[in-house]
Amino acid sequence: MDLSVRIGSLTLKNPLVAASGCFGYGVEYAEVVDLSSLGGIAVKGLFLAEREGHPAPRIVETPAGMLNAIGLQGIGVHRFIDEKLPELRARKATVIVNICGTTLNEYVELARILSDAEGVDALELNISCPNIKEGGITFGCSLTGTFDVVSAVRKVTRLPVVPKLTPNVTDVASFARAAEEAGADAVALVNTFLAMVIDVETRRPKISNVVGGLSGPAIRPIAVRMVYECRQTVKIPIVGMGGIAEARDALEFIIAGASAVQVGTASFVDPFIWPKLLDGIRDYMRRHQIARIADLVGTIDARARDHEWTSS
Amino acid sequence: MPIDAPAEVIANHALSTDYNVLALAAPAIAAAAAPGQFVMVKAAFGHDPLLRRPFSVFEVLRDDRGTPTGISLLNKRIGVSTDLLYAARPGQRVACLGPLGRSFTVVDPPTEGWMVAGGVGLAPFVALAEALGTRGVASTLFYGARRAEELFYLDVFRRLGVELVLTTEDGSLGERGRVVAPLERRLAARAADRPVMIYACGPEGMLAATATTAARFGRPCQVSVERIMACGLGGCYSCVVPMRHGHGGFHHVRSCIAGPVLPGDQILWE
Repeated sequence: MDLSVRIGSLTLKNPLVAASGCFGYGVEYAEVVDLSSLGGIAVKGLFLAEREGHPAPRIVETPAGMLNAIGLQGIGVHRFIDEKLPELRARKATVIVNICGTTLNEYVELARILSDAEGVDALELNISCPNIKEGGITFGCSLTGTFDVVSAVRKVTRLPVVPKLTPNVTDVASFARAAEEAGADAVALVNTFLAMVIDVETRRPKISNVVGGLSGPAIRPIAVRMVYECRQTVKIPIVGMGGIAEARDALEFIIAGASAVQVGTASFVDPFIWPKLLDGIRDYMRRHQIARIADLVGTIDARARDHEWTSS
Repeated sequence: MPIDAPAEVIANHALSTDYNVLALAAPAIAAAAAPGQFVMVKAAFGHDPLLRRPFSVFEVLRDDRGTPTGISLLNKRIGVSTDLLYAARPGQRVACLGPLGRSFTVVDPPTEGWMVAGGVGLAPFVALAEALGTRGVASTLFYGARRAEELFYLDVFRRLGVELVLTTEDGSLGERGRVVAPLERRLAARAADRPVMIYACGPEGMLAATATTAARFGRPCQVSVERIMACGLGGCYSCVVPMRHGHGGFHHVRSCIAGPVLPGDQILWE
């Protein structure tokens, strides 16, 4: 049974990747997860400099989901390379570094620095964080911005370049196409949906940033639809995510067109989820006699199924 | 390494219409837990409610031979998950991950241990009082609540030899007012050469007042903070506390792994 998938020049040993912002720098989970057993780890978004992020409260639970506005607190790229990367390498993790800039030059500089670091396997461009005022999503909400940042990073690195797209646009597939035309090796989607929760007793928002990003099972059907739309539009691999909590959720994304998937919120709830997801995928492959998981990618049968509907 | 136990509810004692003590069968967690550590509990299977909630380990439960069999949680109803835990029935299972976080530093004699609790902030102090007692440390619990009916487990603390200083906001038991007032008087009256360690857990305002008061008298103070958190393992960065850093600056630390017990004088209180 072959669980490996390819993202550009990078081969992941299986399609399960820890989602950026949901797994710290990976080392936090070394006691509970065999980091080498994951297809990859997308580490917490990094700027050049350290950032403190927003004040608490930073999250609030919602029906089958959660809202977060962390504000990209992070240790900066240099401390990451010095303090975290050696342990990730020692533990044989496949490391996808999520980078974020306030300017195009910051993305380029981050890509240059990380391309020279031993142990970085791919770059995920965060052009979709809904929770910071400047940079990031400014690129991700403009087709030319997306094209420009991807092509600028493409020029300075041989690492696989994977922009992470925001769902907070009208037509996410057009952004996937802009990324593909700019030389991206793959696209990752979706980041969180901009949302808010208000405490009616106090009439105040429940998180300090007022608005935040919605994740969790609540968003999964929208994310699956967006992956499906992108699969119709681009040829590069897609890394799908949004509310995956069980193996069949991951399979849904794969069938819709994702070569790999990321899991975030569900690993907060169950840090031991990874082997359970892998077992579920293997079981599915056995039942459906699928030898290579890559053969399942995008195999949705989207023929009209009116004749199968039953009245109810 | 934390343990994720599908813990069976052994007993559920309602203390009031808002508070209950939930006893869970979790021997491995009970054996590993240190005073001040916490567990992440998922009140129901499925996606709603989705996230676990952090709870201090209230009591370590033991059998007749003293072997740890489980833990109990002091629960206060404030939302969907805590409502479910209030209504939980024996035999039911809840997912319980722990023990997590940094525990209290337990002092030795002649240092005294002064615990300051507000409301549900009583939660870490049964375990701490036991640990202090085992070491022969003289201890006092300053415990404040809204009214007499919300001061719980007083007999348990008395049995452990803990001196009680009680306050209620309505004056129905102990001194009327806030718990920091008697703490401040005791600190003022205490000779400088008689060491004391202050431990605090409760509402943010009470913690800030306790930490500030302790610092004013030059006494060390460990506070157990409560923050909304998604994972309890350092992954989500939800539960941050601003700690003083450099000259007038601050640094956000994750209270799940750097805490929940933090040095009170280093927190940048609002």
